Amino acid sequence: MTSVLLLVGGILLVVILALVYRIFTLVSIAKGSTKKRASTSNKVNAILFPIAFLLGFGAIFWYSGIAQKYFLPEAASAHGSEIDYLFWLTMAIIGFAFFATHVLLFWFPFKYQYKESRSAYFYPHNDKLEIVWTIIPAIVMTILVISGYVVWNDVTSPAPSEALNVEIMGKQFNWEVRYSGNDGELGRHDYKKIDGTNAMGIDFRDPNSIDDFTARDIHLPKGRPVLLNIRARDVLHSVFMPHFRLKMDAVPGMPTKFWFTPTKTTAEMREMLSQEPAWQEINPETGEPRYKNFNYELACTEVCGGGHFAMRKVIIVEEPEEFDKWHNEQESWASKNKDYLSSKGYNVLELALSED
Amino acid sequence: MSTVDIDIHNTTDAHDHHDDHHHNENFFTKYVFSLDHKTIAKQFLITGLLWAFIGGLLSGIFRLQLGFPDADLTWLKPLLGDWIGADGKMDTEFYLAAVTMHGTIMVFFVLTAGLSGTFSNFLIPLQIGARDMASGFLNMLSYWFFFLSSVIMFISLFLETGPASGGWVIYPPLSALPQAMSGSGLGMTMWLVSMTFFIVSSLLGGINYITTVINLRTEGLSFAKLPLTIWAFFLTAVIGVLSFPVLFAAALLLVFDRSFGTSFYLSEIYIGGEALPNVGGSPILYQHLFWFLGHPEVYIVLLPALGITSEIIATNARKPIFGYRAMIGSMLGIAFLSFIVWAHHMFVSGLNPFLGSVFMFLTLIIAVPSAVKAFNYITTLWRGNIIFTPAMLFSIGLVSLFISGGVTGIVLGNSAIDIQLHDTYFVVAHFHLVMGSASFFGMMAGVYHWFPKMFGRMMNEKLGYVHFWMTFIGVYLVFFPMHYIGIAGFPRRYYSFTNFDAFSTFTDLNTFISIAAIITLTAQLIFAFNFFFSIFKGKLAPLNPWKSSTLEWTTPRLPGHGNWTGAIPKVYRWPYDYSKPGAKDDFIAQNVPYSETPESNLPMEQELAKFEKEDSDEVKKVNE
Ligand code: HEM
Ligand SMILES: [Cu+2]
Ligand SMILES: [Cu+2]
Repeated sequence: MTSVLLLVGGILLVVILALVYRIFTLVSIAKGSTKKRASTSNKVNAILFPIAFLLGFGAIFWYSGIAQKYFLPEAASAHGSEIDYLFWLTMAIIGFAFFATHVLLFWFPFKYQYKESRSAYFYPHNDKLEIVWTIIPAIVMTILVISGYVVWNDVTSPAPSEALNVEIMGKQFNWEVRYSGNDGELGRHDYKKIDGTNAMGIDFRDPNSIDDFTARDIHLPKGRPVLLNIRARDVLHSVFMPHFRLKMDAVPGMPTKFWFTPTKTTAEMREMLSQEPAWQEINPETGEPRYKNFNYELACTEVCGGGHFAMRKVIIVEEPEEFDKWHNEQESWASKNKDYLSSKGYNVLELALSED
Repeated sequence: MSTVDIDIHNTTDAHDHHDDHHHNENFFTKYVFSLDHKTIAKQFLITGLLWAFIGGLLSGIFRLQLGFPDADLTWLKPLLGDWIGADGKMDTEFYLAAVTMHGTIMVFFVLTAGLSGTFSNFLIPLQIGARDMASGFLNMLSYWFFFLSSVIMFISLFLETGPASGGWVIYPPLSALPQAMSGSGLGMTMWLVSMTFFIVSSLLGGINYITTVINLRTEGLSFAKLPLTIWAFFLTAVIGVLSFPVLFAAALLLVFDRSFGTSFYLSEIYIGGEALPNVGGSPILYQHLFWFLGHPEVYIVLLPALGITSEIIATNARKPIFGYRAMIGSMLGIAFLSFIVWAHHMFVSGLNPFLGSVFMFLTLIIAVPSAVKAFNYITTLWRGNIIFTPAMLFSIGLVSLFISGGVTGIVLGNSAIDIQLHDTYFVVAHFHLVMGSASFFGMMAGVYHWFPKMFGRMMNEKLGYVHFWMTFIGVYLVFFPMHYIGIAGFPRRYYSFTNFDAFSTFTDLNTFISIAAIITLTAQLIFAFNFFFSIFKGKLAPLNPWKSSTLEWTTPRLPGHGNWTGAIPKVYRWPYDYSKPGAKDDFIAQNVPYSETPESNLPMEQELAKFEKEDSDEVKKVNE
């Protein structure tokens, strides 16, 4: 039934278009406009350009004002503010270029629309102009490259040696997180050791593994450098922490790194957001203002299969003391999985001994 | 002749469509396995347009999911079958399959084959004054390899396990391991086979274009007198010939990894409950190889559009293109630089940070020749006498999209900023404007402009205007808002955003985009109608409807095999003598000698005119 309706509708549409087509043709013949170089349509099209310009830029200015409140809050990492600054600086420059070129691009069609009485100006080239508008963009680009280079160098510099080691491993379709424990060293891993229990393939032949622990949420201390050791065990994933302006692919067989310093605790961020109208809106699901349940989040940004869009993890940034308290309360993976380890032939007693 | 033609009093010359046919042609050699570049061009065009509708339909489907995440999609079941679950929800892997196929189809089948295939084929011989391509046979093969590739890709859409789904870039290991997603099974195999044929088609085409431009230019047509269209097609072909083989290599290694147990891209993988034996490979290697084609590919789709636009803007502004040499120079610059910026797609892939800064530097350099091009277009409009044909409108639209999409490339090319924006909707906004929409506009402009030469009839202008304004406003309404969504951090290739607090905003905007997309897509039906209806019922085209100066308009209304009935015209001047002071008309065709236009010659051209005289005197003597 629906398909019959669709078919009839389609045929009707074609018939209507055919009629419109005929009418357009006949009218233009009747008016004799086919003989003229440019008809009324030329004027209509010409005037539509400035109109489109005004409406278009009006809409951009209007909506940019509205959209801001849904942008990410102020960066929560040290390098994040630098990236934001660079971003908005570049946006200002290209915004200006976009606007200025469009003023001309949408004004000229109107101004120089066809007139019988006029003829176009034969102006094939002007080398001075070409040089000017080659050099100006070149200078602007140089400035942007240099400032980008400074920030990039800063972000990708080696992590300080006292940085907290955290391991993040992507898999279909969630993240596993491991902390290095009191020794500050992550134990080795081996993908052949992975199974249903030992999801990260922690290798317990390495003594550094013994005090390592895993966690559900990612806890981070404010103000201390954190080194993320990133890997994947099946396909590509990508660690994206939008609030920290941080992204790095997780690659099977090739560990990657990213280090940064969180600058705002989750509580401070909630406090800050409570001042913003958009965050005071009530979330219909919880019945509370949105800022109350604000959380830093980790998302996957490299397509990894059907569950790609759901690889979420919560990040909790705390004051260093709170973090240390949490850290010391955690039980090591080894002590939680004694039975598993002994079934794999490890001497559990020995492992436990070397823990202190 | 049908009745429509009777009431049309246009001048068409009467002697053109009877005598110049080879009567030994049958239906097959004329329309199917044709060796004629014009027929092959039309084959590419129509196949490309059909693909455009399939690619558009797919985007409509996944935009429904994004715009209306809670909607019941049961009504799509007749089309999508089990991809819509019993609860009326779209399958998450199908979403990725649709995105992947949409990207593949649009980039390769529509904007590479549909654009270069059509216009390089159609215009190169006509604008350089050649009777056909250097090798008609290779040219025919080029189309039929494309056809074969199309058939395979099309069939893969209907596989039970779905077509390839890992994104149009098909990064391994996802694309290498059928365990990772169902689309990486047979669908991926067919993708690889199809793309292999596609690459063969592109190479055959490209080699032919290059050879033809170098060898078959008519007398007098030096490279410094070539229309910018030909320059653009020529450089595009060079880029393609140099970069497609690298994609072929990448695909071949992927085939080995998939089927023969090699480890080019695979290392230390645990999936589906087992540890795979592969060690030592690198997924990053694939990314390097892919983007070595992938980045030049965006210029493969863009340069022909820019070439077409240069031609159309000059013709309809009735002015020479401003800075002809600067235009060629910037195209050469872009073509060269396009090979050494690929790693800007890999800033956060784990690439060495030092390499990242080198690629940032090289990437931002590309902005300079691109800016020069934009300024030159705008200056060409300045003090013109502009006629708004639909082709002209699409060309001006292209310049706007080229700028608005291009400037955000400066943001993304900055490695520090790209940390945040990589793989977000900001990227989707950027490349849809600069590559997707701009090239698509170039293609539309080309169709409207050269339709009279292709089919001997005119398309309806009014419908063209409606089509332009709906499409122009439409693409901005669809793609501009994606910048906001991208700044807010929304990742691309996401089936839904409801899982994250950070991405739970902008739901209204996403609905708005989807509605705008569906309207814009529907507006393309106006074009489809206009195109197919005009082939049969359009009014007969005059010989030179746009009063253009290039050689194709010196052919008969519907050029037969061999293009010109008599001798091939000789070229004396550059293609942009529009509104030359002193000239009788507001254009002088390329085949008009300077000696016939003393009233408008510049001093140097007056000298050339003398030589022309001597030359032709000599020829006369020899003939006697
Ligand atoms: C009205 C027309 C179009 C609409 C509404 C549209 C929409 C979209 C959207 C929303 C995505 C991102 C989906 C996601 O990441 O989940 C996408 C991806 C893409 N589109 Fe389009 N698009 C259109 C036309 C085009 C054109 C003309 C091109 C030609 C270059 C194109 C090329 C691509 C590519 C390459 C991708 C990336 C696919 C991938 O991520 O693997 N699109 N499109
Ligand atoms: Cu993912
Ligand atoms: Cu690129």
